Amino acid sequence: MDLSAINPAVLIASLMVAATPILLAALGELVVEKSGVLNLGVEGMMITGAVCGYAVAVSTGSPALGFVGAALGGALMSMVFGILTQYFMSNQVATGLALTLFGLGLSALIGQGYLQLRPPPVGEVNFGPLADIPALGTIFFQHDAMVYLSLALVGAVWAFLKFSRWGLILRAVGESHDAAHALGYKVIHVRLMAIAFGGACAGLGGAYLSLIRVPQWTEGMTAGAGWIALAIVVFASWKPVWILVGAYLFGGITVLQLNLQAAGAMFPLAAIGWILVGLGLIDALVQHFSGKNPSILRIVFDICLVALGIFGTWWVHGTLVPFKIEYLSMSPYLITILVLVIMSSGRGRAALSAPAALGKPFHASS
Amino acid sequence: MIRLDKRPQPSRLWAAVTPLVAVVLTMLAGGALFAFLGKNPVEAIRTIFWDPVFGEFAWYYRGQLLVKAGPLILIAIGLSLGFRAGIWNIGAEGQYIVGAICGAGVGLAFYPAEGWYIFPLMVIAGALGGFVWAMIPAILKTRFNTNEILVSLLLVYVAEQLLASMSLGLLRNPEGAGFPGSRNLKQYEAASNPELFAGTGMHWGVVAAFLAVILAYVLLNRHMLGFQIRLTGQSPRAARFAGVRPNLLIVVCLGASGALAGLAGLFEVSGPAGQISIDFNSGYGFTAIIVAFLGRLHPVGILLAGLLLALTFIGGEAAQANMQLPASAIQAFQGMLLFFLLAVDVLANYRFRLKKREAA
Repeated sequence: MDLSAINPAVLIASLMVAATPILLAALGELVVEKSGVLNLGVEGMMITGAVCGYAVAVSTGSPALGFVGAALGGALMSMVFGILTQYFMSNQVATGLALTLFGLGLSALIGQGYLQLRPPPVGEVNFGPLADIPALGTIFFQHDAMVYLSLALVGAVWAFLKFSRWGLILRAVGESHDAAHALGYKVIHVRLMAIAFGGACAGLGGAYLSLIRVPQWTEGMTAGAGWIALAIVVFASWKPVWILVGAYLFGGITVLQLNLQAAGAMFPLAAIGWILVGLGLIDALVQHFSGKNPSILRIVFDICLVALGIFGTWWVHGTLVPFKIEYLSMSPYLITILVLVIMSSGRGRAALSAPAALGKPFHASS
Repeated sequence: MIRLDKRPQPSRLWAAVTPLVAVVLTMLAGGALFAFLGKNPVEAIRTIFWDPVFGEFAWYYRGQLLVKAGPLILIAIGLSLGFRAGIWNIGAEGQYIVGAICGAGVGLAFYPAEGWYIFPLMVIAGALGGFVWAMIPAILKTRFNTNEILVSLLLVYVAEQLLASMSLGLLRNPEGAGFPGSRNLKQYEAASNPELFAGTGMHWGVVAAFLAVILAYVLLNRHMLGFQIRLTGQSPRAARFAGVRPNLLIVVCLGASGALAGLAGLFEVSGPAGQISIDFNSGYGFTAIIVAFLGRLHPVGILLAGLLLALTFIGGEAAQANMQLPASAIQAFQGMLLFFLLAVDVLANYRFRLKKREAA
């Protein structure tokens, strides 16, 4: 194994690229959820954006038009969701799922004629001499325009929600639609606009996958990115800047595991033993400091865990096994789950910062 | 101007009629979609919905109907319990995969022993596998308040990687010349799930699906637990006052749906599919969500809806072969069905009123 072949600057630069689709989609979903709507169809809108952007870019030869087409496609898909949930009062969870299922089918249908083509290449933004700065140039000044656009969008969404009047209205609608309605705001219109924005962002994220990151069209190519975007919104506790942190963290894990796959990294089996020992000790410490009388069963369990760990470490001492690609590919999903667990435990912290009217249907009764 | 008035109680008549309305609307919209693709819409709809049951080759397709409907019904029955109580298990696809891996693993471990006890053990292992996989979101939900929708869905991707790893590694056929995929269980009598009556497509999975329908009906209408599930769905607050333990309900609903999905996977891998392979799963877990909603979360409704969606699978394959209709068209078609179903639901819950626009 040669981990020194992994250049940190290149790693950071490529994690930014890997994170951008999820960043865009999560940012859109943040705005949607801030308006009190839970759209679980991010995956469907992303993949529709991916195929729309790809089709437009291939047939016009312009990646920029491709991204416009992707945003439109995503927004159009989201409007199906918007009309169903806002005017037809359908269940948001079920409608979001339907959007994902429909989007996966529709995108495969549209993508039929585009399977073997390559999209027009997207160039880097030219920063002149800045790009030649060692390390910093690689990290900050050698990207395509969409990376900078996504970063600008984070700032824009943050400023919009925090400082603008429209942002205040949007948040009011998401916290209490009845109060916002009583004040004379058009709850449904505000929500529809938020949903359309979310759809456009998801579409852009999808197109980033098919036009820049991969760049190719394959069926089901989003592979759960939309769901991870949804999880990142929870991770970020509905704060735009934390969306950035979450998406880049996730991008880092993805890139790291891809690098480990490529480098054919070896996994020391003994590490499992040490993890068992660690778990046992941590649990014992938690028991000790919790102030309650520790149960005998729990202590016996901890001792067994530590003993098993030490024995295991000795047993497989020095054995290296190659990482299995499948298990490395699992890691982004598993870590997303782990992060979700950490964020939502501890007296429901995530639930506290969620918009109060999230997922609740609104129907003006008078 | 049209106005919506909420009905004090959902209309029972509309609730029964709306699935049919949705199916008809989907056929119309689907016909438009097929026309857009340059196919004759009438012929396409007839190939999908009529020919498999009444056409020339119906003798072949009718058997396939039960083969496809079995897993759909089995999974959808489990999902419907949770959906009724507002517990969203959307990772049935993952539980289906893990059930199949566990069940097939037990069967292959006995190879080449013969004995009546092998298949029952596999059934238990399959159900347990799905159950354990569903317990992950359940326990994370009850202990850490983690969203079960996201966890159960993300675990599908984990299960797919696990499936790939199993068919390339641990469960690979040692006599398979290095090709991915396990031994074929159809050729291993003690572990196979054969067609019970030739030509009907009836196998043990279909029997289990029918049993599940009956059990779910009894549970929901005659048992305290079923009452608690329905109560929680209609009014979580009232349910808490009535002494329903929400955590217990989460574990029961997710566990039951996981076990049923695992069973469906086991019956599929030992029967129609025959072996564990990388592309073993074919989306039953996701289509079952549509089945559950189309059947209005009612056991008998799910039975009918499962048969209908099985028909779209078979008809879709036929249309693919005869009319060069792309496979993904059927997927889009099924998604559309769920959209229309959710849209026409408004008729059951609201009343349309024509009203003159008033001065504000």
